[in-house]
Amino acid sequence: MIDWGMAAQAGIWALEILAIAVPVALSVAYITYFERRVIGWVQVRKGCNRVGWAGLLQPLADGLKLVLKETIIPKTANKYLFIAAPIMSLMPALMAFAVVPFGQTTLFGLWDVMHVMSMSNLNVGLLYIMAISSLSIYGVLMAGWASNSKYPFMGAMRATCQMISYEISMGFGLVTVMMLAGSLNLTDIVQAQAGGLFHWYMFPLFPMLIVYFISGCAETARTPFDLVETEELVSGYYTEYSGMWFATFSLAEYAAMILISLMTSILFLGGWYAPIPFLDFIPGTVWLLGKTALLIFVFIWFRATFPRYRYDQMMRLGWKVFLPWTLAWIAVVGIFIYTPGLDSIINFWMPWR
Amino acid sequence: MIKRALKTWLLWELVLGLALTGRYLFQKKITVEYPEEKTPLSPRFRGLHALRRYESGEERCIACKLCEVVCPAAAILIESAEREDGSRRTTRYDIDFSKCIYCGFCQEACPVDAIVETQEFEYATETRAGLYYNKEMLLAVGDRNEKHIAANLAADARYS
Repeated sequence: MIDWGMAAQAGIWALEILAIAVPVALSVAYITYFERRVIGWVQVRKGCNRVGWAGLLQPLADGLKLVLKETIIPKTANKYLFIAAPIMSLMPALMAFAVVPFGQTTLFGLWDVMHVMSMSNLNVGLLYIMAISSLSIYGVLMAGWASNSKYPFMGAMRATCQMISYEISMGFGLVTVMMLAGSLNLTDIVQAQAGGLFHWYMFPLFPMLIVYFISGCAETARTPFDLVETEELVSGYYTEYSGMWFATFSLAEYAAMILISLMTSILFLGGWYAPIPFLDFIPGTVWLLGKTALLIFVFIWFRATFPRYRYDQMMRLGWKVFLPWTLAWIAVVGIFIYTPGLDSIINFWMPWR
Repeated sequence: MIKRALKTWLLWELVLGLALTGRYLFQKKITVEYPEEKTPLSPRFRGLHALRRYESGEERCIACKLCEVVCPAAAILIESAEREDGSRRTTRYDIDFSKCIYCGFCQEACPVDAIVETQEFEYATETRAGLYYNKEMLLAVGDRNEKHIAANLAADARYS
């Protein structure tokens, strides 16, 4: 006896997963293209413009090349872990998208109430994101260990150290968001920022926005924190990888970058709300994705601008600068919330109180 | 002190760096899209060699073998014989471009401007044999480039 209701629900879930995973994979491909063009422009070059119109087929050509390349597995490597590692790092990167709300819609008036466009409107969405994005460390560690080679191992050690260090300041940065929004639900956090530009959390939490975004750069191991894949370590934890498994790692890295940009827009830049309420006739999803695209551009801009941090500098920044700043800002926000007189200022950003 | 601390905490230097790259983002690009566009070449450009002729069609080379002697890579091979009219001419004039280092000494050494280097540089082949040019091939290169060669020699004449 087949339970048709369950089957239909499973089908809907599968469609939802596809509706998120496929655009993510496609946008990863085109972010690499965009990255190459932007870095080229910054270096007064034209960038790739040969394959297809303005080079738009370049990512497809690259993908085809990576698929057709030979997968080399080192003889002394731990075969199972070696293959599990890229999957282990891609899976959490995609899983985190499950709770991201992409906007609110009535489907052009079809529904009476607003529906949130997320796979699951989880009440602990923020914690879920934190937990899942920490999991990608295991992929990195496994890759470094399973390669049975010294440079990947050192790269994996660095990457783990870096991700764990910056996780903390990221988490404390998000605590201030929770304090203002009074919820861990991403939808509630966005809705608490409704009402125009000045209601966005980027104003009361400006230092946290900076800390969160820079920690995001470190978390995804992008320049200026890409010391885990420097030339001195050949290319870090994925030195031994080639072909499709290598592509899986970079897919995970770029998916994490998209996730950080999405989260920054949702937590600090008002999510799907327009800067001026008058502009709300443009669908919220367009605003959200626009903000995300802008932040991805900033990621690429960083990469084109900044030289790489040294290992000790990176650790210093994480532990001696970001952590005190975030802790101090939690105290500042707390004092504002609980001091009579000052709370009238902070209540502007706490409409639920 | 305070100014310095302020600069540090406001990430001022980083903002300056971002502004600089932001400006470069919109600058005119200097890329030369090679097969369609080419950079200008100097009249002294040292590319593929050519053997020249006089306007009468008589080849210039008198088989003095100065170029063969001066060639540091020993890329030139010349054999000569007396022609029916009694003049000395080459029977063989080969240049192995897989040996040639394009130093231009042969051109300098030549008393009659017979061997010159042209601005032609797109002669890549898939075999080593394809880089071995004999007298007919070199004369053909000279014939198809004569206009450029003459113009370049004239442009460079006042410096030599």
